[in-house]
Amino acid sequence: MSIASTSVIQIIPRTRRGVELFLLLIAVGVSVAAYVNIGITAEEGVPASTGLYAAGIGLLALIAHLALRFRAPYADPVILPCAVLLNGLGVAMIHRIDLGLTAIGRTKGVPFAPQQITWTAVGVVGFLAVIIVIRDHRRLQAFTYTLGLAGLVLLVLPLVPGIGANVNGAPIWIRVAGMSFQPGEFAKVCLVIFFAGYLVVKRDVLTLAGRRFLGLDLPRARDLGPILIAWLVSLGVLVFESDLGSSLLFFGLFLFLLYVSTERAGWLIIGGVLFAGGAYFAYATFGHVHRRVTDWLDPWAIDGGQVKLGLMGQAWGGILGRGLGQGHPEATLYANSDMIISSMAEELGLTGLIAIILIYTLIIERGLRTALGCRDIFGKLIATGLAMSFALQVFVIVGGVTGLIPLTGLATPFMALGGTSLVANWAIIALLLRISDQARRPQTPAAPVSDETIAMAVQKQ
Amino acid sequence: MSELTLTLIKLGFLALLWMFVLAVLSVIRSDLFGAKVDSRAAAAAVPQNTRTPKTAKPAKKRKGLPASVTIADGPQAGVGASLTEEPVIIGRGSDCQIRLDDDYSSTRHARLFMSEGQWWVEDLGSTNGTYLDGQRVTRPVPAEIGGSIRIGRTTLNIAK
Repeated sequence: MSIASTSVIQIIPRTRRGVELFLLLIAVGVSVAAYVNIGITAEEGVPASTGLYAAGIGLLALIAHLALRFRAPYADPVILPCAVLLNGLGVAMIHRIDLGLTAIGRTKGVPFAPQQITWTAVGVVGFLAVIIVIRDHRRLQAFTYTLGLAGLVLLVLPLVPGIGANVNGAPIWIRVAGMSFQPGEFAKVCLVIFFAGYLVVKRDVLTLAGRRFLGLDLPRARDLGPILIAWLVSLGVLVFESDLGSSLLFFGLFLFLLYVSTERAGWLIIGGVLFAGGAYFAYATFGHVHRRVTDWLDPWAIDGGQVKLGLMGQAWGGILGRGLGQGHPEATLYANSDMIISSMAEELGLTGLIAIILIYTLIIERGLRTALGCRDIFGKLIATGLAMSFALQVFVIVGGVTGLIPLTGLATPFMALGGTSLVANWAIIALLLRISDQARRPQTPAAPVSDETIAMAVQKQ
Repeated sequence: MSELTLTLIKLGFLALLWMFVLAVLSVIRSDLFGAKVDSRAAAAAVPQNTRTPKTAKPAKKRKGLPASVTIADGPQAGVGASLTEEPVIIGRGSDCQIRLDDDYSSTRHARLFMSEGQWWVEDLGSTNGTYLDGQRVTRPVPAEIGGSIRIGRTTLNIAK
């Protein structure tokens, strides 16, 4: 029975922490290699700070690894190394752009790379806190509405006079105690949990009631409420905070979770129509959205536009790139935050960019795999939502930088300069790992019959 | 520094980056194609299992019509349906008589029906297939007492 013997997947619960440690070693090795490479090509010689950088990133990775070993032994072995590698590459590139900015005299005093390392440390502390405090993700279901409220408050916080701050044309920052934060990054996590908790309760109503129209299962008019509210909130974010990226992210997330929990394609069509309407409205009404679209359709229309410079840098990079430290990514505006993907493409080329996008894809794939393996619907929906938030973010920013869609200001997860985004992403990774620990943990001993079938399948091989 | 060295450093770093990607892919490969079961590990696993003296499954089959089909393991253990006259549909859909909470099963996965004086198992074009006693069901096959049906990750027992 060739069919039976090849398709039997024997699931042996394995912790796989050793594999994780091995992958972490490679990830840290690649990051340090990038740092040394930049030192050799852009600074003439291995920089003295290499040891410090290697020790820092290695220690943080080790701490995260030990936390998993003791607190979530069955967690997915691939997610953490991928996150560490992206973070390490990001820091190396930010350091490289620091050097470039100093060379052309556009430095703003302090270099950015040490800041980013500090924020990485804060992120890993956040990671530890999530892993240690949240023993079981199902507990979070009790806080569904609390977290929903918290998410909304975080969203509108930048509009509060006094603490709101307008940085680079979008009032999505708050300034507390001399430091600026982007509360939207944490709102994302809160809202994913809220959407998941809400849909667990409501999904049956949303699935069962409705009528068929043109081969589509359309929901009842009264069930359209939540999607309309989500649409209005995301439109509100767009109108009052001029934040195209976040608005797209929140609406997209809600739509995805709605689709995943109800399995109704009708929602996607309704959402798509609503999104198209909202996008056209924004294009027609707001100057900055209009400008982004113009910049996208014709990057040469704006003098010194960042999309234009980014595209030129990517074209100069070509297939194999200029090599780390040998391009001029610093010429682009926001080369270390919004445009970091273009900086990477310039110096690592298409080959390196594909590897980076693959690493993001791997995190997303592991997130969705966790959702498949998870035993409760709430956990499934959270894992899907967190993975999709990564996917949407990477799509929107990479698509914007490479000229596929208009550029919007979403942070490139783990790479872009920015403390809030980094801390929020480490929390997301921790939550995903917590759920995957639950999903991969061996269940209660299987009944005799299942042992028997497995034994039979094994014998046939 | 010579041009050649710089090119070698550049290519070396790209190779290193891709090495990481390939290492990760090789780790998750087992997830996509199933873990290879080592024959020694399997041999060690079988004696451990003290509850399998009846590997000779066909011997267990008795005459008479089966009367019930029940989920054998997992959180849904014990859920089942009695086999009367009506066909029993098993799957994830809400219209199934046995509703599985199993991501590897299809909405309408398999069917048990009565014909010519005996019960048959039929696969309803499922994605992952239906297995009766470890054999893939490609056309309706007779279901006998003591047989076990595997759908996705779920095993169902046919009993009297």
